[in-house]
Amino acid sequence: MANILGTNIISSLGFTTEENFQTVKSGISGVKHYDAGTFGLPEAFMASLIDKEKLNDSFSELSIKNSYTGLEKAAILSVFDANKQANIDLSSGKVLFIFSSTKGNVHLLENAVSEQVCLWYSAKQISRFFGNRNTPVVVSNACISGACAQIAAIRALESRKYDNAIVVGADFLSKFIISGFQSFKALSPELCKPFDKDRKGLNLGEAAATVIFGKQNNSRIQLKRGAIRNDANHISAPSRTGEGSYRALKNILQNIDKGQIAFINAHGTATPYNDAMETQAIVRAGLADVPVNSLKAFFGHTLGAAGVLESIILMKALYGNLVLKSLNFSKQNFENKINISTENHFSDKKYFIKLLSGFGGINAALLFEKR
Amino acid sequence: MNFKNSAELTELYRSLQIYYPKFFKMDNLSKLGFLAAEHIFNACTDLQSAPDCTPITSRREPVEPREDIAVICFNRSASLDIDTQYQKTIQDNDNYFPSPSLFVYTLPNIAAGEIAIRNKFLGETSFYVTEEFDAGQMVETVENAFSDTSINAVLLAWIECFERKVEVFMCLVDRNSKKSCIFTEENLKYLAINIKFA
Repeated sequence: MANILGTNIISSLGFTTEENFQTVKSGISGVKHYDAGTFGLPEAFMASLIDKEKLNDSFSELSIKNSYTGLEKAAILSVFDANKQANIDLSSGKVLFIFSSTKGNVHLLENAVSEQVCLWYSAKQISRFFGNRNTPVVVSNACISGACAQIAAIRALESRKYDNAIVVGADFLSKFIISGFQSFKALSPELCKPFDKDRKGLNLGEAAATVIFGKQNNSRIQLKRGAIRNDANHISAPSRTGEGSYRALKNILQNIDKGQIAFINAHGTATPYNDAMETQAIVRAGLADVPVNSLKAFFGHTLGAAGVLESIILMKALYGNLVLKSLNFSKQNFENKINISTENHFSDKKYFIKLLSGFGGINAALLFEKR
Repeated sequence: MNFKNSAELTELYRSLQIYYPKFFKMDNLSKLGFLAAEHIFNACTDLQSAPDCTPITSRREPVEPREDIAVICFNRSASLDIDTQYQKTIQDNDNYFPSPSLFVYTLPNIAAGEIAIRNKFLGETSFYVTEEFDAGQMVETVENAFSDTSINAVLLAWIECFERKVEVFMCLVDRNSKKSCIFTEENLKYLAINIKFA
């Protein structure tokens, strides 16, 4: 169990949690079309990109140092803004930084192989900016990294070695990442349609997002627990039975009143296999009636930031007694149907579940609680 | 484990006398993890991390899926070995051939996934990146992983593979050895120094 003291999101939809949440609430997507030639790619694509000019301007207000990549700047800005609410001493030895990223600064490989490409290097850039001398934890667990980082935060706090954990997730797009997903034929040529019968694949997105966790007992939302499970089935295809996702769900549901679950926020990437797999897992866990949404049509799949960013939007929703609609969904085609949320609506139930799945057969489930 | 090129990894695979054709599709990071795990589980016929835990035996027989074993890996360079190979396929638009089978290995946690698939481990699999072999963080992470009460054993690995540098360290930590104080930062450091990692 860990209390949430402060949050921030930097994405195409804004540079604060509030801006991002209000835009999502009003049903506006940050995913746009980009022509061939963007990032030097030979093909066009749809994605949600951060405004780099605004990023540089905002960062120059914070620091005159220019030795940071865009990804590092966004992560630093994100932590800085989240700490305006938490207001803790980030340089303290009792504060642990946990960095979640799938590909970090991989775009630097276009020029040369250097230490700067390494994830531990970026993590150190971020934690050292705030004068923190602890070795940061770096989670690189593909698309579920953002959930793993939050689970690592609970564990770090429970071990009593730390008073606060700063979870920061960040991924930026580049030719490397987009070409890879294109080679997999995983990208949708239009705005992605999570859980829809006509879904054609995913959109990618850029984001940096931060959650500051602590033992302080004055927060209304808590991360109660989380679990990670593997399908032990295939490295790039999800299990047809939703094995790992189902088992992670089963683990976090122990001694929980299912009637008190306000909603499930699925990974919902809008690839044919992912959404079918999650549907299976949700039905198997006995949660077919619980409202389900996906935020991928708002932000795209923001990779290592996704678990952090999406959890933050949903904490705001839970806090405001709101179940968000799943954008760009019209019709399901699964044998086992689940309850996709098609309109923003009221619920004052006290839990929500965040699901994530990724390459390597990995799955995670997080349980948040409102007090 | 000595290693000069991937042909040598194939020899190591052959010496195990197993049939697992998926091995040949793996990148070097996954191959190293796979081979080390095979050696560990061949040597380990009495994995009794909890009273209700059945030992892993007859490794050549199909094994029962187990949810009580976690695979937790660390390294320094993540998947940089394969990242640099993939980069070459997209660097030049006149010679542009991004390959999905290469791209999938640009995620280091695939190495943990390959071990889970081979051994039917349904428990947690995680990949962490540290600047160097960090016994302190490794011990802390494993101890914290036991807070998931359904986990009885953790397969802990350091698998580094980039350019000429290859290091593999793997051990199986069960819940009880945690209590008996064998699995400590000092002991792990001592091992690492003796195999010249740290």
